[in-house]
Formats: sequence, structure tokens, C-alpha cells
Amino acid sequence: MQQYELARFRTFTRRAAVLGAVKLALLSVVGAQLYNLQIVQRHKYRTKADENRINIRLLPPPRGRIFDQAGRLIAQNKQNYRLVLVPEQSGDIQLLLHTLAKTVPLGQSELTRILNEIERRRSFIPITVREHLSWVQVAQIEIDSPDLPGVSIEVGQVRQYPFGATFAHVIGYVGSASTEEIASDPLLQLPGFRIGKNGVEKMHDLELRGRAGNVQVEVNAHGRVIRELDRDEGKPGNDVTLTVDADLQEYVATSLGAESASAAVLDVATGACIAIVSTPSFDPNSFIQGLTQRQWGELVNNRHAPLINKAISGQYPPGSVFKPVVAVAALEAGVVDSSHRVRCLGHIQLGDRTFHCWRRGGHGSLSMISAIAQSCDVYFYDLALKVGVERIAEMARRLGLGQASGFDLPGEQHGLVPTPDWKRAMYDDAWQKGDSLNTAVGQGYLLTTPLQLAVMTARLVNGGWAVTPHLTRSVGDELRQDTLTRVVPKSIDLSHETLAIITRGMGRVVNHVSGTAYSARIEEARFAMGGKTGTSQVRSFTDIERQSGVVKNKDRPWIERDHALFVGYAPISAPRYAVAVIVEHGGSGSTTAAPIAHDILLEAQRLDSISRLSSPLNIRSSEIRKV
Amino acid sequence: MAEARLGPKPSQMSLVDKLGRISWGLIFLTSVIACIGFGMLYSAADGNMNPWASRQILRFAAGLIVVLVIAVIDIRIWMRWAYVIYVATLATLFAVEFFGLIGMGAQRWLYFGWFQLQPSELMKIALVLALARYFHRMTLDDARRPALLVTPILMLLAPMVLVLRQPDLGTAAMLVVGAGAIFFVSGVALRYFAIGGAIAAAGVPIAWQFLREYQRERILTFLNPEADPLGAGYHILQSKIALGSGGLFGRGFMHGTQSHLSFLPEHQTDFIFTMLAEELGLVGAATLIGLYVLLFAYGFAIALRARNHFGRLLGIGLTTTLFLYVFINIAMVVGLIPVVGVPLPLISYGGTAMITVLFSLGLLMCVFVHRDEQINRLTS
Repeated sequence: MQQYELARFRTFTRRAAVLGAVKLALLSVVGAQLYNLQIVQRHKYRTKADENRINIRLLPPPRGRIFDQAGRLIAQNKQNYRLVLVPEQSGDIQLLLHTLAKTVPLGQSELTRILNEIERRRSFIPITVREHLSWVQVAQIEIDSPDLPGVSIEVGQVRQYPFGATFAHVIGYVGSASTEEIASDPLLQLPGFRIGKNGVEKMHDLELRGRAGNVQVEVNAHGRVIRELDRDEGKPGNDVTLTVDADLQEYVATSLGAESASAAVLDVATGACIAIVSTPSFDPNSFIQGLTQRQWGELVNNRHAPLINKAISGQYPPGSVFKPVVAVAALEAGVVDSSHRVRCLGHIQLGDRTFHCWRRGGHGSLSMISAIAQSCDVYFYDLALKVGVERIAEMARRLGLGQASGFDLPGEQHGLVPTPDWKRAMYDDAWQKGDSLNTAVGQGYLLTTPLQLAVMTARLVNGGWAVTPHLTRSVGDELRQDTLTRVVPKSIDLSHETLAIITRGMGRVVNHVSGTAYSARIEEARFAMGGKTGTSQVRSFTDIERQSGVVKNKDRPWIERDHALFVGYAPISAPRYAVAVIVEHGGSGSTTAAPIAHDILLEAQRLDSISRLSSPLNIRSSEIRKV
Repeated sequence: MAEARLGPKPSQMSLVDKLGRISWGLIFLTSVIACIGFGMLYSAADGNMNPWASRQILRFAAGLIVVLVIAVIDIRIWMRWAYVIYVATLATLFAVEFFGLIGMGAQRWLYFGWFQLQPSELMKIALVLALARYFHRMTLDDARRPALLVTPILMLLAPMVLVLRQPDLGTAAMLVVGAGAIFFVSGVALRYFAIGGAIAAAGVPIAWQFLREYQRERILTFLNPEADPLGAGYHILQSKIALGSGGLFGRGFMHGTQSHLSFLPEHQTDFIFTMLAEELGLVGAATLIGLYVLLFAYGFAIALRARNHFGRLLGIGLTTTLFLYVFINIAMVVGLIPVVGVPLPLISYGGTAMITVLFSLGLLMCVFVHRDEQINRLTS
């Protein structure tokens, strides 16, 4: 080999070895990276690969239904027929929409929306053309289906309330979750998923909602579903059964009519709510399909507040309805006994202030029972001065006033039972004797909700048991635990003598000629009711006004008229139902509220005897029965 | 010296002799790698021979015949025609500048009726041939003379500029490194590599100006693929996910979710290694890399064994070209270098790359067949 050949071969060999080593080194780097990806980080990337391909779709559970105590449906799920089309199967979209328009008229804006969605989405994703199809439309589309490629009907569920406005404040309604709510549960993100927004729908929302199922599908990079990997059907929402009687509820709603009013009917033994109505009402079904801005505005701006459940959220001075509380407080405190008599001259003087009785001429000399029956203000002024406001307030609270009752609907107000301490804290002012007098006749600072008044009445006539009002009988297959505990309420420790005097007085209110609600009595003895009227002033009047006669209720603007109240119970012999009726600015309790209470209590007993006739085992007040 | 002027002495070997000197081990190794490729293409088509595997098999079969034909052609003929081939290829590269068709955003393809040609692919071989011939006559001292380096540098720069104009970063890189390997083993002084490197580094900001938007994006994406997971970073991110999810033993042949659910782009061409590593795991990937290393070892062995300098340089140049294919492709799919679009030899689906690779193997085989031939330094 020549010299130069040897030299360059040596260099060649040496450098080729270096080159080979460099290549091996480079491949080692690649190998190290592979080791890093495939061994060190394999779990991370396996997870990412699964996230890529596995798509979890939630299956919304059917919402639980709501029944009344007799098993009548008051909230159900209705099939919602939705027209969908899959663009990639539809061929000529324009032609298709033209054909569809014969059955389902499509407006210009709707067409624009549909075409936009077709443009935007991948062609295999179904697009909703129209919701809430009628049966006729569904049938017609099925018939036309050969001419409608890619078009199908999907069945969803929407909430429906067969009783409409009657149960609006009890059931509430459902709506789409708000942005904050959505964060709590991915289920809420499903388009079309609704949650309870008010009433029982809200109170028992989680139970009604059920547990969402899900289906795991494998999708490709374009989002097309390749196959189903796993499916969990979830659990439908629990049905809820209420203590309410739909027949009575409807009857009460009709009785209240067009007034701005509310009423609550309780089973006095258990506190079960048989009917609770607030008028005017609204149709919750209209909330499901969506309200127009104008409809919403009308509901919100209506001065009769149709969206508010006045039976639990309305707070009113109870007026004379409060007088039995004062009587009980006085008797239990022992400051007077039932023989205590007061001579009513139509007014009493307290310092330089005159406190009037509602009867201008006065009642003359009255016993406690007559004072309740005739609702003599002066008698109770006298009692209030003797017993003191603290003991009255304490008794009011024992009877359920001035605090949330624990009723199972959202939005309950507390009412207000004033005390000297409260006044000092609130107004930095000393309690005056006059305040006590105002409280004694249910005016002044005192505020109650209709439901509280019904509870108060129930506790007075059921022998002094602290029943708690409630609405839920059972959820799913189980009676509510809290319902069971309510079956055996605590005693509020009132003596039989006291209660006997009060019930005699309240019996006379309706059934004695001198009673303030005599004209509203129930003639049929076995259904006879007792009660107490109340007329609460919305504003106080000056003496000048009294003399000039503007006090006449009908002469005043609606908003300044007195509230008409009545609490009642029946039958008198063995009280079973308690009712509270308030007609806002309705005039006097005896002429406006008492007749309504009469109708309600009569109907409640009538319905009760019918149901007992038809089903002898159906004992309503027994909470043990399962529906 | 005198005998050199007589011109190359023709080989005395008969065709049978030559066939006997062929390395059937290399043919077998090549076939094993190709068969792995057929399997992956079969999987890529969700268990179908069509559209890829069957056509790839036909191509490979035809290509093997080409390998044998190239191998038995006298190495002196290749040497004699080296410059001609180089100039012709350079001319076609010029041609794509003016008549080339647009494919994937870059001018690369030349259509000749029934077959298409990617001249930049052929240039990888033509340049190696031309440089091997050039350095064949250089003594070690010649190789250290700057004046004599001007010609080979121009030979490199001419196609490189054209390829960059297309623009095709991967091929340009392969040309530079392939040529650099020949310079290196020819004994060019190391300081020139340092100077060349410095010039290249200085040229980066200037080159950046000439890059197309998608190339800049690829480089930026490479530097931070997670920045835009659905946009430019998508390819490399999905590739990493596929690789990582494969683990040690893979998800099973035809069961790679990333590949089969279309998350992995180009899974039958540039990203086929990813699919293999996803389905067969690190074990499969390492096996394939091992086979490639064996292939390169063959290449080095052939180069070192050759008795003629042209054959040695050709062997190193061609082996380096094959190495670059493999390295750039795998380094790209594992996220070590930017996405440049270089196929995996013998595995990726595609005609032009297959032609280049088999052509290289044919020439390598030719070197081996003619390993004992001596060619005078000054033979022309």
C-alpha cells in the first residue's frame, strides 16, 4: 500500500470510529428519551391517552314526581319531543328545511340559528331544530320520514304541573342552574337539565334529582363516537309525597278568589299541612317553557305579589286574632281567672292617650269568654296591663309566633314578637305602656305570618301540643324521619282549664249571637267551627280622622285598607283542622275572612268524611300510612 | 502513476462472482426491517393490506431487484458517472424551482407522468457520490488545503440553497451532515468544522428571516409544545402521549388508541415510529432501533473493509445518510428536535424515500461486492 494511502486510511479509520461513536451517542439520547416517555412517565401519558379517547356523557336521571297525600300527581315529567337533524346524513339542507317547514313552521331567525349551528358544529353532531313538538307534528314527521334523511325525533323530559297555579307556591318550579350552582355538580351543565328553584322542588331538589348515570364512549380525534365502553344507568330521583290534599288545595284557591290573600290549613294533631294557598298565583308551567320579558315584568311588578307565598312570607299584624294569646298568658300567669270581668266604655285612658275599643259605645261588663267572643279591645288592654308584655311575648313564642316554624318550604319569615329588650336594641327607646296595649290587640310592632297563626290555633285547640307544621309526608319509599318525630310533639304545658276557657271563647266567636263571626257559623252541628276574627290596621288614624269618618274602610285607598284575618278550627267537638285566612286590605275579619274560613273548614271536613267512606282504613292524621 | 492514466481497470469478476459476493445478511436484515414496516402499515389501515401495506410490499420487492442491479454494476462506472449524476440531480432540483408542484406547502415534487420524483431525496445520494469521487483523489495533505475545499463546499452549498428555498429543512440538514461526514473521514482539518459551525451559528438569525411561517412555528412549537396543544403543538404532543401510553410492552398490535382513533397524525408516514412504540412498547421500539444499529454496523463494516477509497467514503456517506433518516425521524417523534418531515427508512409509507433508501443500500452493497477492487487515486 502506498504511503499516502496508508496515511489517509488511518485517518479514515480513526475518524470513522469517532463518527460511529457520535452516532451511537445520538441514538442513546433518543433511547433515553424513549425510556423517559415510555417507562418513567408512562402513567401520565396513559392517562392523557385515555382522556383523549374516553368521553364521559352524563345520563340525566328522571326527576322524582310529587304527589299529594292521596297519590294525585302534582308534578310530573312529560315527554318533550325534540326534532333533531344530523347534517351529514341530511344531504341537501335547504331542501330538507323546506320540506320540514310544511310540518314545523320555521321562522327566519330559527332558520338562521339552525344554519349557523350546521356551519359551526361537526357534521355528525345532531342539531336541535325545534323543541316541544305536538303529537300531530311528531306523527307527521314520522310519516314524512322517507323524505327527511337525517331527521329524527328525540324524546326528552320536561316538568309539568297538572294543577297549574293552584300549587305554584307549594311546588315551586324548576329552571336552569345559575352559573354559581353549576360549579357544584357537572350534571347541571347538561343542556336542558333543570333544578328546583322554589317550593318543594327546591326544598327536596337533591332527592328529586336522583343520581346521574353516565355512559363512557370511545371517541376518535374528530369527536365521533366509536363504541360504548361502559354504562351506568344512575338512579332516578325519589318521588315526594306531600301531606297536602289537592282537592282541598284547589277549593281553598277558589275560595280566596281574586283577592290578594293567603290561607293555611293544618291537621291540629300532627301539624301536617293539608292546604296552603297564596293568591294571586302564577302558572309554574309557563316557567318551564320560558317567560317573555313582558310576562316576567308583569309578575314582578304586580302589587299583589303573585310570586310571593304570602302564607309563609307575608308578615301582618295579627289584630284581634292575637287576643287569645293574651288571655292564655294572663290565665297561666295566674294574674286573673276566668271570672275576671272588665267594664268596657269604648275606650280607656292611659296618661294623656286614649285607647279605643273597636265598638264605639263600649261592650259594657264582660267576662273573659264574652270578651274573646266579642273581641273587646278594652278587656285585653286591661289584661295586658295586668300580665305585662314579657309574659305575653313568652306565651306568643310558646304558641309558635315570632320564630320560623321549621316549615319545609323555602322563604319562611320569622314574624316579630316585640319585647322591651327588643325595642331598646332596635330603637334605643324604652317600652311604653301604650306599646303593651297595642300588642294586646295584635297591633304595634307585632308581626305574624298566616302559617304561624294556623300553628298558634292548632296548639290552642289540640290540647297544648307543640305541633310543627310540615308538608312532606314521604320521600321515596321512606317516611321522613323528621316527619315521624313530629307525630309525638312536645307539650307546651298549658293547663286544661286555660285551654277550655279559650276554646269556649273561640267557639262563641262563631256560634254565639254576640260573636264577631256569628254570620259565618257552620249550621251543621257535627262540622261546627270555632275561631277568632281579626282586623289589623295598616296605618293608625288620628282622632280627627275618626270623627270625620274617613276611617270607613271602603272609602280608603286599597293599600291603606285594613287586613281581614280569621283563624278557625273544626269540628268544635274534637278539633281536627286549624285554618288561618288573611285577605290583604280586605276590610274586616268577620265579613271578609271568616266566611272564607267557614267554606274551607266545611269543605275539609266534607272531603274527609268522603275519603273515610270510600276507604275506611284511610285515617289521614295517622302519619304511619304509606302512600 | 503511469497505470492510472490507462483509466480504470474493469472488474474481472463475472456476474455469478458478484452475486456470490453480495452480503445476503444485509439483504435479510433489510427485509426484516421492511417486514416490520409492512406490519405497521397493516395496523395503520386498521388491519387491512390496503391501501398501504400491499403497495409497500410491491415497492420493496421491486426495490430489492434495484438493489441487486445497482450492486453488480461496476463500482468504477458509478465513480465515473458520479459527477454526471450529481449535475443531473442538481438540474432537476433547479427544475422543481420552476416547474415543481406544490405539495404540503413546499415545492418538492416533480411529476413525470406516471411517477413522481423528489429530486432533493436523490440529491442526498448524488452529493455523497460526487463528494466520494472528489475526495477519492485527495491525499491527506490535499484535504488540508483550503483551496481544494472550495469545490466540495460549493458542491454542498448549491443543492443546499435550492433545498432551503423549497423550503425543506430536514433535507438541507441531511445534506450538510452527510457531506460533513465525508469531509470528516476524508481528513479535513477539524478547525474548518469549527469555522463552518461558527458561520452556521452566525447565520441562524439571518436564516430565521428566510423561514416560512410554518417553519418558524414548528421550531417555536418544538421549544414549547404545551403552549398550543390544539394548534401547532398538537402533533408532537399527541405523539408523546402515544409513545408514553405504550409503556414497556405497548398496547398491543393494532390496539394503539392514539393511532387508531386519529389522534396521531400522519401515522402511516412520518409518525409511524410513534405508532410502533405505542402498540409494541419500549421493547418493540428498542428492537427496531437495535436492527437499525445493526444496519449501520454493516455499513461501517463495509466501508472499513473496502480496498478502495471511493468505496470507503461512499460507505460512510451512505451509512450516515441512512443514520440521519433514522435519527432525525425518531428524534422528531420523541420530541427531541423540531418536526421536519423526514420519513423512517424502510418503515414509513412512501415511494420516494423508499427509492432513496434502497438506492443507498444498493450502492452500499456495490461497495461490498467490489470490496477487493483497487482503484487508483488519480483514476478519472
